[in-house]
Amino acid sequence: MTKLIIDGKEIDVPPEYTLLQACEAAGAEIPRFCYHERLSIAGNCRMCLVEVKGGPKPVASCAWGVRDCRPGPKGEPPEISTRSPMVKKAREGVMEFLLINHPLDCPICDQGGECDLQDQAMGYGVDTSRFAENKRAVEDKYLGALVKTSMTRCIQCTRCVRFAAEVAGAPEMGAIGRGEDMEITTYLETALTSELQGNLVDICPVGALTSKPYAFAARPWELGKTQSIDVMDGLGSAIRVDTRGREVMRILPRINEAINEEWISDKTRHIVDGLRTQRLDRPFVRENGKLRAATWPEAFAAIAAKLRGANGKRIGAIAGDLAAVEEMFALKQLLASLGSANLAVQGGAAFDAKAGRASYIFNPTIAGIEQADALLIVGSNPRKEATLLNARIRKRWRSGKLKVGVIGEQADLTYTTEYLGAGIETLNEIASGKHSFADVLKKAQNPIVLIGAAATSRPDGAAILSQAAKLAADIGAIKDGWNGFGVVQATASVVGALDLGFAPGEGGLSAAQMIAPGGLDVLFSLGADEVDVASGAFVIYIGTHGDRGAHRADVILPGAAYTEKSGIYVNTEGRAQMANRASFPPGEAREDWAILRALSDVLGKKLPFDSLSALRQAMFKAVPHLMRLDQIAPTDASAVRTLAARGGNVDKTPFKAAIDSYYLTNPIARASAVMAECSRLASGQMLTAAE
Amino acid sequence: MLDDKDRIFRNLYGLDDWGLEGARRRGAWDGTKAIIDKGRDWIVNEMKASGLRGRGGAGFPTGMKWSFMPKESTDGRPSYLVVNADESEPGTCKDREIMRHDPHLLVEGCLLASFAMGAHACYIYVRGEFIREREHLQAAVDQAYEAKLIGKDNVHGWPFDLYVAHGAGAYICGEETALLESLEGKKGMPRLKPPFPANVGLFGCPTTVNNVESIAVAPDILRRGAAWFASIGRANNVGTKLYGISGHVNTPCVVEEAMSIPFKELIEKHGGGIRGGWDNLLAIIPGGASCPLIPAHDCEELIMDFDGTRAVKSSFGTAGVIVMDKSTDVVAAIARISYFFKHESCGQCTPCREGTGWMWRVLTRMVEGRAHKREIDMLLEVTKQVEGHTICALGDAAAWPVQGLIRAFRPEIERRIDEFTRKAALDDQGVLDPAHMIAAE
Repeated sequence: MTKLIIDGKEIDVPPEYTLLQACEAAGAEIPRFCYHERLSIAGNCRMCLVEVKGGPKPVASCAWGVRDCRPGPKGEPPEISTRSPMVKKAREGVMEFLLINHPLDCPICDQGGECDLQDQAMGYGVDTSRFAENKRAVEDKYLGALVKTSMTRCIQCTRCVRFAAEVAGAPEMGAIGRGEDMEITTYLETALTSELQGNLVDICPVGALTSKPYAFAARPWELGKTQSIDVMDGLGSAIRVDTRGREVMRILPRINEAINEEWISDKTRHIVDGLRTQRLDRPFVRENGKLRAATWPEAFAAIAAKLRGANGKRIGAIAGDLAAVEEMFALKQLLASLGSANLAVQGGAAFDAKAGRASYIFNPTIAGIEQADALLIVGSNPRKEATLLNARIRKRWRSGKLKVGVIGEQADLTYTTEYLGAGIETLNEIASGKHSFADVLKKAQNPIVLIGAAATSRPDGAAILSQAAKLAADIGAIKDGWNGFGVVQATASVVGALDLGFAPGEGGLSAAQMIAPGGLDVLFSLGADEVDVASGAFVIYIGTHGDRGAHRADVILPGAAYTEKSGIYVNTEGRAQMANRASFPPGEAREDWAILRALSDVLGKKLPFDSLSALRQAMFKAVPHLMRLDQIAPTDASAVRTLAARGGNVDKTPFKAAIDSYYLTNPIARASAVMAECSRLASGQMLTAAE
Repeated sequence: MLDDKDRIFRNLYGLDDWGLEGARRRGAWDGTKAIIDKGRDWIVNEMKASGLRGRGGAGFPTGMKWSFMPKESTDGRPSYLVVNADESEPGTCKDREIMRHDPHLLVEGCLLASFAMGAHACYIYVRGEFIREREHLQAAVDQAYEAKLIGKDNVHGWPFDLYVAHGAGAYICGEETALLESLEGKKGMPRLKPPFPANVGLFGCPTTVNNVESIAVAPDILRRGAAWFASIGRANNVGTKLYGISGHVNTPCVVEEAMSIPFKELIEKHGGGIRGGWDNLLAIIPGGASCPLIPAHDCEELIMDFDGTRAVKSSFGTAGVIVMDKSTDVVAAIARISYFFKHESCGQCTPCREGTGWMWRVLTRMVEGRAHKREIDMLLEVTKQVEGHTICALGDAAAWPVQGLIRAFRPEIERRIDEFTRKAALDDQGVLDPAHMIAAE
């Protein structure tokens, strides 16, 4: 620890701190534009200047280490002032320079109200302009469907350049020209290729990069802000849902060091328009091959008629990607009362809930990736299946301490990987120690074997999972204080479903068996849109969007999307988190658990809870760890060994990518025009410049 | 006046052969081995004792700079010497004479300096526009390799490689850390200091960046002894120096002279006097465009060295003297210098990026007098807002000439503003008064 005197106050800080950190620790506020905690230090905005006593000129506190401060002649601690006349003058000067060429278009700027430049100009600037020359104008740049540019507003802080190069791993942004002609651009003016580009808007301290889909839509002060959890992938990133009236206007990241740090993927951020379109806002009943709008009693009556006297073994339920645990719990109860054990979650076929929790979650944890020194990716493209987990891998890789090997799809993951092979044979070679990467894994302190959807979504997924678990156990990835077996669940519902036991019960059918021709008489589909149900079965669809599932349905019961209900989701690490209601479901749509409760009454199998809290009470009694929000319940690593012992036959065909269109993986995303545009750009269907 | 025997650059005008043979005839590469045999510490101490101050403008003691380099590598990182031959300052043209007419002095200096700081590799970063200079320098390096004077296995017993790299013509790459960035293949933008290059420099290794002249004089200092060098000039400002004299003198030239020579003597002896006589002198810029100008009345007693120029609130810079006689539009001259700095600002940090353009624009108006008198003080304040608040010294360099102008020539700027205002008032009158308009027709 090093002693410093900051504004007359003595403080002890670690020697590796910068002055900016030290000043903040001392409670002094330091204005800044270019400095960002998660990016490299640029020191170019010069707003954070502070005075170091004895120095002839102020220093940039963001770039000046506590170590670089010399003690006084008698060994007194270095004295720093953040409020001296020198500092005040320096800040006013820099502020004036930043403003002379900044347009006065705050009234029409989307950043207005949440603009660092605005705020700091109020705090540290002067109220008049002495600049009598013409202001600089800069041509706007095309950056794709998500980021809108107004480059005249740019203050050249280069945060976007550093973000793209460092965090996103898509070094497409840069500065051309020099002096006052310096411009931030992508050189070729093509759409950015990162799945994290939406974050550029957040890190831009001014209104140069703003959100294109949200352009001119709302002002920050008229929005209601709800803290929630994202369900677009299995990570459960922390988000803030901003609403105006009943409409969701935008989604922003919240800081959660354990999962998303302070970034979110573009899918998380920009599916907002998908929440408005294609919505199911009233029940539908299929009559004479056609769906017609119906009332709730009509819809329930149609279901009751179908279920009357139905054989419980011929009834089943499949949960979709976006289902919260509450509705799955209610549905499981309902099916049990109907005498059915036919339960399955989409994408959960490879996992056996009974083997133990450690067999289907990402045991090393996302933050734990930062301790890993070797990583084997088996049948996964984490960039698409779990974008921010991939960003965390990249973060660790950038420190130079992580070696990555890939079996499966050969894809650009934004970091250097050693491509080992395409299928199970390579995995076997590593397991038998014949492959050179086996040594890398064995020598590693904290190795991770990561297995993803490309492997687990196959019919032989369970066997691949078992072999991966065996490899993890063999190389010593399972030990005290470290469990390196990590399953990346690409969807938000799987872990929760498995925790609840929403899986084929005693003698129950699997999802594949249920949707097969003649598999079932009645199928409850809880937003299961990625399954193709054979004709014959009577499908009750509880969901939000007029998507694949609704097209197949015989009765549609309109449910609530994740922003319209309170629901617990368990992420791929096994962390239970609660999403909160930011707005209300449209029209006659209701929260899913309430639909099931009402239906149960009509069916005469009344579920024993009248409120969401009563449901949760019952659920927590059954699965206690769901109660401990934001935590990962400790797991027993022996589950991985149990899994390893299972074995099974694996097909030798190479692992194929599980996600072909990243932007269109679920019904909300498929209803979003913005996601469609992103998908089009990503697939290389470029528009010509004339458009 | 400097004795001929005391000259270091004996082929400054290219009258003799610039190649290895000529250089040897003039004394280069003589006893180099003996100097190296005396060891690193001896060389560094001798350089310290000589009192040589860096010739690139800042005047930092060269021997002290060398002593900052790590004695031995504790972490496996090699040390580097980098020679800054990106001579781009308007008014400065001394290094090019060394490179094209006496390149072997530099090559030998590189070997000795590298040895003194434990570097086995040295890079010379030559300004992009210097074509002939680069060719001669490269040829000299090749000759030295050929003669086994340098190279992996050379006669001096210190494995040493010398590389000539060239820039793309950006002034900012003359700033030492921007030069290192450029040398690494990146965009020439200054780095934040600390860490200083002696700690984290080229490719992250300890590096010393020296000016061409500082390195080129080192072999002669070591050969003839520190005492000889220290005996020339006055205390703290010793040795010989290349002066560049340009502008309104009768015989512009580059000349080697003793430090601390009176300005008048320098101009009369070598510059052939001011065009139109001494009384026709308006002002000088003593050491390249970034130094504040010195008005004529301060030039009378001016001593040309670091302390002498400091005494008249300017700076010695590189001793590239720009002489301006009374025919000069001094406001336009400084406005042009201001444009240069605006054009060469790298754009990285705010005060310089925004301030240089502002200063230039205000000055451009002041050339015509199209300004308010209060804007003079505003302009001065803007220069103060740039100075000392930037990453590198380019901000200071852009501010000083403007400060110098206002300090010395405020009445001239005010006169122009008055003149312009008076004319404008007349014009206004013409517009408003039809009778006047008719009369004008």
